[in-house]
Amino acid sequence: MRVTGAPRAPGRPARRARVAGAASAGRSSGTPPLAPGAPVLLPVSRAPRRDGLHVLVASPVHRLPAHAKVVALTALAAGVVAVPTGAWAALAACGLLVLFVVAASRLPVGLVARRMVVETPVVVFCLLLPLVATGPRVDVLGLDLARDGLVGGATLLVKATLGVLAAVVLAGTTSARDLLAGLDRLRVPRPMVAVLTFAVRYAAVLAEEARRLQVARAVRGGGDGRLRQLAAVAAGAGTLFVRGYERGERVQRSMVVRGWTGTTPALASAPATARQWALALVVPAAAVAVAVVARAAA
Amino acid sequence: MHVPDGFLDLSTSVATAGVSAAAVATALRRSRTELDVVGPAVPGLVSAFVFAVQMVNFPVGAGTSGHLMGGALAAALVGPATAVVCLTVVLVVQALLFADGGLTALGTNVLLIAVVTVLVGHVVTRGALRVLPRRPGSVAVAAALGGLVSVPAAALVFVGLYAVGGAVPVDPGTLATAMLGWHVLIGVGEALITGAVVSAVVASRPDLVRSLRGTRRDLVVVDAEGRRTTVPATVDEPAAPARAGLRRPLAVALVACAVVAGGVSLLASGHPDGLEHVAGVVGFGDAARDSAVAASPLADYAVAGLGSPVAVTVAGLVGVAVTALLAGGAARAVGRRRVGA
Repeated sequence: MRVTGAPRAPGRPARRARVAGAASAGRSSGTPPLAPGAPVLLPVSRAPRRDGLHVLVASPVHRLPAHAKVVALTALAAGVVAVPTGAWAALAACGLLVLFVVAASRLPVGLVARRMVVETPVVVFCLLLPLVATGPRVDVLGLDLARDGLVGGATLLVKATLGVLAAVVLAGTTSARDLLAGLDRLRVPRPMVAVLTFAVRYAAVLAEEARRLQVARAVRGGGDGRLRQLAAVAAGAGTLFVRGYERGERVQRSMVVRGWTGTTPALASAPATARQWALALVVPAAAVAVAVVARAAA
Repeated sequence: MHVPDGFLDLSTSVATAGVSAAAVATALRRSRTELDVVGPAVPGLVSAFVFAVQMVNFPVGAGTSGHLMGGALAAALVGPATAVVCLTVVLVVQALLFADGGLTALGTNVLLIAVVTVLVGHVVTRGALRVLPRRPGSVAVAAALGGLVSVPAAALVFVGLYAVGGAVPVDPGTLATAMLGWHVLIGVGEALITGAVVSAVVASRPDLVRSLRGTRRDLVVVDAEGRRTTVPATVDEPAAPARAGLRRPLAVALVACAVVAGGVSLLASGHPDGLEHVAGVVGFGDAARDSAVAASPLADYAVAGLGSPVAVTVAGLVGVAVTALLAGGAARAVGRRRVGA
């Protein structure tokens, strides 16, 4: 039986890679020397290196503690959501604030754009809104549209886009390990953080396993026709569950063997200084102020 | 059906976040003994499984596709409390790392996808299991029924939330009809996949299927003198704690709905907003438009809802409650599960 070792902290290689990434980006910010024997990979392309979703560039947003970032970006999104429908000036101001954060994070534009594809269903819904909303109608290019739906749909589109942007910045500037440590710092219950840790660690593993199952099915010519395909997918998913569960049991056993006592240790993280909090909350505070002013004006 | 930022107003989002936090805290407490014994690795892997399975799209028709929500599936496989924890974990990962579902809408998404689908799926599965013959194969059918009902139930709760805190005035009846029609289709896909996955797991590792406990027949030993000795198939936890385990989350969910409906309808009456606008503007014109679907009972909800938007909210919530109560009532009518008969 293949024994999977206890998960290693995903933070360590990330940290080393970040150093390498900063060095390759040509910023001489006193880069600490690489650990002796560490493999130095020279990047072929000029694109910044990545560790999962975390983009390894140096920026003020990257340097902020994860928990401050979670709070700040959620507050920023909340400020955007609080802007009343149709307050275009306020929405534009919030949009500028979010774009400022995106720019400050130094994430590549193309990468941000690619990660915004998740939003597609929302865009479709927003485009449908003028057709299904109630209220007075307007005639736009021969289409009978609801005015409220038009205004509301556009507002929704802007708000959802800005929300997605905030989330993309969070994922792009924070390593998964730091994010989990940040959640721990935000008093998310410890068992929840522990489960989250394993979920994050193994999501990619199981997704890869699912891909292998899919390839195996295709190779065997499995599933033409919708129903057959569904059956094949379902059988694959059943196998995936059993494999995942058994992997979990193996991981658990190996943890017990290595002295797991029932409590999961906290992920180490540094508290945020007052200055960092202030830095993190400047933009969200501005967004909230914009929303408050817009609400008062509406 | 991840809800993005801005779909629901801030007060509704905050209310649903509070409700979700309470529900997840209850689930965590309930699964704590389990978490202490099993450790975090297994639920973590189950979450990763749900995450991977949610990426599998299946065609719904008309060029669109739906994906598995997995609430009923997880409830059948690992029990409702752990399932709520696992699905919450999946949603947190999706919101924080994949920008799928807004940061401010996380509470709403947890309520809809983690709490409602799991609870409805679990209740329906349990109810179906009491009706169906007591053998392992029944679990797949029961879980499929749970999956079938859980998706439209979550859609109805969304309609209720939207009627209370939606940003754009959409006629709740129309929205309910559209969402239901859509999600019944997705529910069929969910049911097929859920049933097939559960039966695949039952075939290979029946001990992993939580709902299977109690469906195995007792062993009856007859000795040479004709004395019958019954060895119960399940020795662990009898029905009582499990039933108690159902009541509290259900109560939490119901209180949640009440809080959301009550709290936000107060806000709605404070200043005329989308809802009252809908009530005022939608006159008789839309009644004629709705007549295409007037034959269905849902149309009644819609027409009844035109006068008072609150009624629609209530209707949506009642839909879920009625589903739950029907399943529970059916279960009670059939009688208690025979434990060691």
